[in-house]
Amino acid sequence: MSLGPYATFIVTSYLLVTAVVLILIAWIVIDYRRQKQRLRDLEAGGVVRRSGPGAADLR
Amino acid sequence: MSVRATATITDAMTLIDLANPTRFLSLTARLLPWLAAATAVLLLIGLYQSAMAPDDYQQGATVKIMFIHVPNAWLSMFVWGVMSLAALGTLVWRHPLADVAAKAAAPIGAAFTFLALVTGSLWGRPMWGTYWEWDARLTSVLILFLMYLGLIALWRAVEDPSRAARAAAILTLVGAINLPIIKFSVDWWNTLHQPASVMRIGGPTLDRAFLIPLLVMALAFSLLFITLHLAAMRNEILRRRVRALQLMQAAQVTQASRRSA
Repeated sequence: MSLGPYATFIVTSYLLVTAVVLILIAWIVIDYRRQKQRLRDLEAGGVVRRSGPGAADLR
Repeated sequence: MSVRATATITDAMTLIDLANPTRFLSLTARLLPWLAAATAVLLLIGLYQSAMAPDDYQQGATVKIMFIHVPNAWLSMFVWGVMSLAALGTLVWRHPLADVAAKAAAPIGAAFTFLALVTGSLWGRPMWGTYWEWDARLTSVLILFLMYLGLIALWRAVEDPSRAARAAAILTLVGAINLPIIKFSVDWWNTLHQPASVMRIGGPTLDRAFLIPLLVMALAFSLLFITLHLAAMRNEILRRRVRALQLMQAAQVTQASRRSA
């Protein structure tokens, strides 16, 4: 597969999209772990919700 | 009670169930792995088809940028559309998940809009001879990007999410005026950007060799958005629970210090 004289523009576009999508995924995954940890810490400190599952019930 | 009435009540109960954040969390836990897998498979198929697509007789291989530029451009508008529906849900129906959906969608929409602008720019340089032109399509998409950033800033500026929700909902609905301007800018004004070639009266003008990979990539990116959006909504629900617990903790500490005083 030859990308011709403008290969740099094509490759940069695809790399940029890949990088931004990976950053989005990583940000959401890290944020999920952080919120779960904060919930666990609060529950360990004795602050518990009156209804619904606790942090331990989250996968 | 008739069978139809019972069915209607059952449907309504299902909608109410979904509005419950706890049920929403258990639903996303079940759905997300499947959605992520479907997105990955579809992206791989789309990327393979994009790589195998023939060169355009005028643009050569740069036509391959279209397969990532167009889905991001579509999603930049689609996400604002989703946020506008969520804004109606906040203002009219006061749906408990509406502002969660709107807040979670904004950074994802901003990312897609940024990618649409940059990949468009990288496509424009070899085809038009310039990275940027202040024409109607490019400028209206840049305004959309700035509106996404403004909305994210608004959500961050107001500490109480329920108070931020109403202001953000109004701003979102005002910003929705930009969507038809973006869509029809290429018809209303003389722009460098080409007119619509897929969503147009009379059907697509693209050859099947380009149209099929483009549609697969568009579907893959749409699934990617749904997956990321559900995951980001889940995070937002948890963030609000953390906030509620922290407020409870602060209230307990205040009560305890009053008793001891």
